[in-house]
Order: sequence, then C-alpha cells, then structure tokens
Amino acid sequence: MSMSDHGPSPKRRNPVLPPRRPTLPPVARTRHALGLSAAAAIGEFALQECRECGAVQYPPREACRSCLSDMLTWRPDNGAGTLLASTVVRRPYELYFREHAPWPTGLVRLDCGVSVVAFLHRACPEAEGRVRVRAYLDRAGRAVLVALPEQEVPDMSEDPLLKAFGNAPKGRNVLVTDGRSDLGQAMALAALKAGAETVWVGVSDPWKAPPGFKALEETPGITVLSLDVTEGQSVETLAGQIGGKVDILINTAEFHRTHSALSRRGVETARAEMDVNYFGLLRLGQAFGPAMCSRAAEKPKNAVAWVNVLSVFALANYPQQGTFSASKAAALSLAQCLRAEFRSSGLRVLNVFPGPVDEDWNQLELPPKLAPAKLASAIVRALEDGIEDLYPDPIARDWHERWRADPKVLEMELTA
Amino acid sequence: MNAPADSTLAGLVADLACGRVEVVDLTHTLSPDFPQIVLPPEFGQCAPFRIEEISRYDERGASWYWNNFSCGEHTGTHFDAPIHWVSGRNLPNNTTDTVPVENFVGPVCVIDCVAETEADDDFLLTVDFVKRWEAEHGTIPPRAWVLMRTDWSKRGDPAAFQNYDEVGQHSPGPDPDCVRFLVDERDITGFGTETIGTDAGQAAHLKPPYPAHFYLHAANRYGLQCLRNLDQLPATGAVLICPPLKIRKGSGSPLRVLALVPRPEVTDA
Repeated sequence: MSMSDHGPSPKRRNPVLPPRRPTLPPVARTRHALGLSAAAAIGEFALQECRECGAVQYPPREACRSCLSDMLTWRPDNGAGTLLASTVVRRPYELYFREHAPWPTGLVRLDCGVSVVAFLHRACPEAEGRVRVRAYLDRAGRAVLVALPEQEVPDMSEDPLLKAFGNAPKGRNVLVTDGRSDLGQAMALAALKAGAETVWVGVSDPWKAPPGFKALEETPGITVLSLDVTEGQSVETLAGQIGGKVDILINTAEFHRTHSALSRRGVETARAEMDVNYFGLLRLGQAFGPAMCSRAAEKPKNAVAWVNVLSVFALANYPQQGTFSASKAAALSLAQCLRAEFRSSGLRVLNVFPGPVDEDWNQLELPPKLAPAKLASAIVRALEDGIEDLYPDPIARDWHERWRADPKVLEMELTA
Repeated sequence: MNAPADSTLAGLVADLACGRVEVVDLTHTLSPDFPQIVLPPEFGQCAPFRIEEISRYDERGASWYWNNFSCGEHTGTHFDAPIHWVSGRNLPNNTTDTVPVENFVGPVCVIDCVAETEADDDFLLTVDFVKRWEAEHGTIPPRAWVLMRTDWSKRGDPAAFQNYDEVGQHSPGPDPDCVRFLVDERDITGFGTETIGTDAGQAAHLKPPYPAHFYLHAANRYGLQCLRNLDQLPATGAVLICPPLKIRKGSGSPLRVLALVPRPEVTDA
C-alpha cells in the first residue's frame, strides 16, 4: 500500500514517550479582524478599505484610520509587495509557536501602501526583494500572513510553514467514505496521485457492482472496505479497524434524488436523503471524530482534515432538488457544529460546495456541470492550501457571490 | 386421528418434549447485513433493517439496554399479504391484521429444486415439475403451504445471494402457469421461497410480470420469502407456523417462521 515513489516514510513515533497534545495559536480575534480570517477561509487575501475616503488599512480596525468613518469593507488584494526587513523568532512565548519555532518573520510593504508583518517562506529573497503575501489559516483556523517568493520555486509546498498551514494528502492515510459514485472513485484516485500513503475506500451494497468499481478495487494503493453510513454498527466497526489511523476523512457518501417538496409523494425518499447526507455525517463524526482529534498533533504523521462534500444548494434551496437541498443544508449546519468541536484540536473541517456535478441525477441540468475528476482535484488543492470552504466551479462561485451579497435576493431569484 | 383436541395437543406437547416433533427455525436473523430487495432507483425503496441503541447501561439509561429498530414491511424473512399486489387490493381480509389466523398454521409441502437451481440461477418451477414431484410424494393437499427449496439461503455472501449483473438479479422462482396451477388446481394457502422474493430475479420480464405476486394475491393467497433451513424439512408431513406482525393495513411483515417436523426415528425417552 505504501507509495514508495514519494520518498521514504518519516521515522515512526517512539511509543514509550508521551503523546503530543494539541496546542493552538491564539484563537481570539475581534469581530472586525475576523474578516481577514473569513477571506483566508476561501483562499483569499483581503484588506480593509474605507468606502468614504478609499484608504486601505492593516491591521483591521473598527474605523478608518484616515477619516474615522465606520463604512469599512473588505476587498481582495493581490498581496504584491517588497520585503523591508526580516528576522527569525526563535523563542516565542505562546506554546504553539514555541513548539514549532523558529519562525522566519518579516515586514512587507504592500504595493497598495500598507505594511504587514508576515511569516517568510524559506525561498523569500533578502530585504528589498519582491514577495507576494497570502493569507493562510493556522491550526486555530485564524488568518496568518505568509510572504512567498514572487515566482514559483521547485518544491514550493515543502516549506515547513506551508506544510504546517496546509493539510496535504501527501504521505497521509485517507479515507474516502463512498467509492461507488464517480466522485468517490475520482476522489480516491486523486488522493493517491497526490501522494497519499494509504487510500481506504468505503463501499455499501457491494452486490450492486457499480460501474468502474472493480477497476478501483484492483488499483494498487487502494483498499476497499465495507462502510454503510446509514448503519451505525458498520460505521463503528470500520472506526474500530482504522479510526486510529485516518489522517484525512473525505465524506463522499451522498443520496441524491431530484424532487421538490410536492413532486414526490410521501417522505421516504427525503428520509433516505437525510439518512445518508445528514445522519451519515453525524454517525461518521461520532465514530471517527474523537480519535482523529486526539491524533491532530501526533508526530510524525497527524490527523489534519475532515472533508464534507456538500452542495451549493446548502446555501439556498434549489426547488427543483428541494429535499436534496434541505438535506445538504442540514449537513452544512452539522458541519459547522463539528468545526466548533474539532477547533480545539486543530483538526480542519473543509466544506465543499459544488454546483451541479456531472452525474446521472443531474442529467436534466443544463451545462456547465462540474466533472467529478475536476471536483476531486479541486478538493486535493483545497486541502494543500489549507482552506476551509471550497466553491470549486463557476456556478458555485456565482451562487456564493449572490448569497454573500444578499441571501434574501438569492432566495427570491430561486423561488421565482 | 379422531382423538379429542385435548389429547391431540397433549400428545403434541409430549412429542415436542421428547423430540419426536422437532421445531425447526426457517428464519434469517434480522440484521443490517442481510440484503434487502432493491428496485430500480426511480421507484420507492424498501428500507433495510437498521438498529440504533437507546441505552446500554450508560448515561442514557443506567441499568438497561434496548434499541430502536427500523425496516420495511418486506425486510428479512417476511410475509406478503394479498394487498401487497394490485391484483389483491380489493379483496376482503387482505392485510396483515385481517388475514384469518388459521392460515398461519398449516401443512407444508417442500419441492426440492436444488439440482436444477445449481444448474441454472434463473430456474423456473413448472407445472410438469410439480406433477413429477406429486408422482413421488402424493398430490398437494388443499390449503397447504408450498415451499420451493433451492438452498439459495446457503449463499452467505450478499453479492452471491443478490446475484446481480448488468440486467439485474438472477434467482429462481415459479413460472406463471405453475402459480396458476398451484392456486387453481391445488388450492394452496401460500407459496414460499429462499430468495429475496416469491418471484424469480428476472420475473419482471414474464407474462404477467411477477406472476407469483400477481396470481397468489389475486386469489387472496400469501407469500413467504427469505426462508432458510428448508433442507431440514421432509417433502410432506411437517406443519408450518408463520404469523406476521399485526400491522394495521399492513402489506406484509418480517416474522419468525417455524416448522413442526415429525422425527419418527426418535423413541420415548
């Protein structure tokens, strides 16, 4: 199962030494400062801008530094700037930073006119060199700024900073909860391609012999295991087998039908959607969550991320798929709860909000539809980048924009 | 034969006690692992058996263990009432709560189709086959249960039990004429199988589709499926006991199916 072409495995943990307990960077931020983290959660670097005088400022404040207006907004910034000075912080006070010292740190003058303190990628130039600043989420899920070299360099992602802020599958054990769907199969292959050491794939009702599944079973590096998220004992049994080894859980289990509230008599189909999409997540969370949290700081290999494949219909109901939307909204709500409960361990929850995926139940949706393989590779990239919410396709991003602008207007458009 | 009822039952009790009458369990264990019938995905689906703990001597209930379970009426070893099929929808006493209870106890004939099923997963039981069986074991008596023994229940692997390929399920069952013969000419009470349904896996393509369901229930007769241990029954002479749950207006129900089997070789202890 080992992917030897990705280099030697790290040295194993000495089992007689005490376990590493999770420590976190400081989590508290003001409400205004959280705007920076919210942008970083979707992979953006944003700065506060005054809508009255146009001034840009950092760090975030409650009022404009220039004109004292409170009409502040967040606007994306490309992060381009010049490194003014650098140092290495070797003895920080906070436990998390102390454990992971040293921290190369610098002062960057952004082209938009503000100066920021940022951690420095190892490949950054000396002072006066050009850099680009990006916002990442730290283990507490709060934004930190990192200055990267202006151009990509080889093994860019091997930098200890990016490894600490990312949740890359490389060298890790990945569980894909349902390998019957096109997405589940593409996800398993994408994790393998990204260098996962082990890829476990769950399958329920194996007699249905879904297309492509046999080929997946025979792929070296992939192990198929019995898992039915609608069945508590099945979930607990698998957690008993591999729960202490899963570093990344990717929940692809989904029940998808295309009914509105009135187009399908009775509740049985809607109940099945809830049973997989909502209760399935709850069962997985209870069975796998605690063990993953307990291993979130383990070395050399730790549990890093929990991925929920939701739907952009979780944000606002798409009446043509009304009961499916409702089940995904329930799952989103629960995922937020899991995020809160995982927070203290540093285990990241990545919520994925695809628009219509190109699969059989979306046959009657007009293009564009997101190819399962593209969705899978977007999820891998989102893990590597350490983001928290992924809108992987143009439709999803459009919905997200409209939802952010005014959820009520979006609802009115969808229910017209 | 004409002994008063009290001595008949006393004799039965004595025979049960000494093993001259054996009770055989024809039921699969209700568990999430046992496969359920699966229709094409556009249809409504029968729920599989599921079980969730209420408490287990813990903070949810300190001194007691119990579960909530859920399933469809047609999950596991189960009974089909006539209202299950459209052909039996308007008959009297056609639901699990109204079927006359005397129908739940009766003589049982077991037709051995093991060799034929081993040779052909899609084996269909025919009138000729039944008549050859009768030539050996005697005519099926009126109001008997007829069970089709295939040893299909010995397929412990769900994939082998379901036996799907790209055109669906392959499993044995009766052909249309055979069901009509059993109902019209032999007046059976019901028909039972070891497979997931009373009909063959490919019975959607018979005329009429699903003939066992269609003809049995049209005549207010019953079905049993997912039976096991039929290899422990004699061809004739056993008694079947199969009361379903008394679900109001139920179309069927999981149930415990038992057979009383004479063991004449056992002598008094």
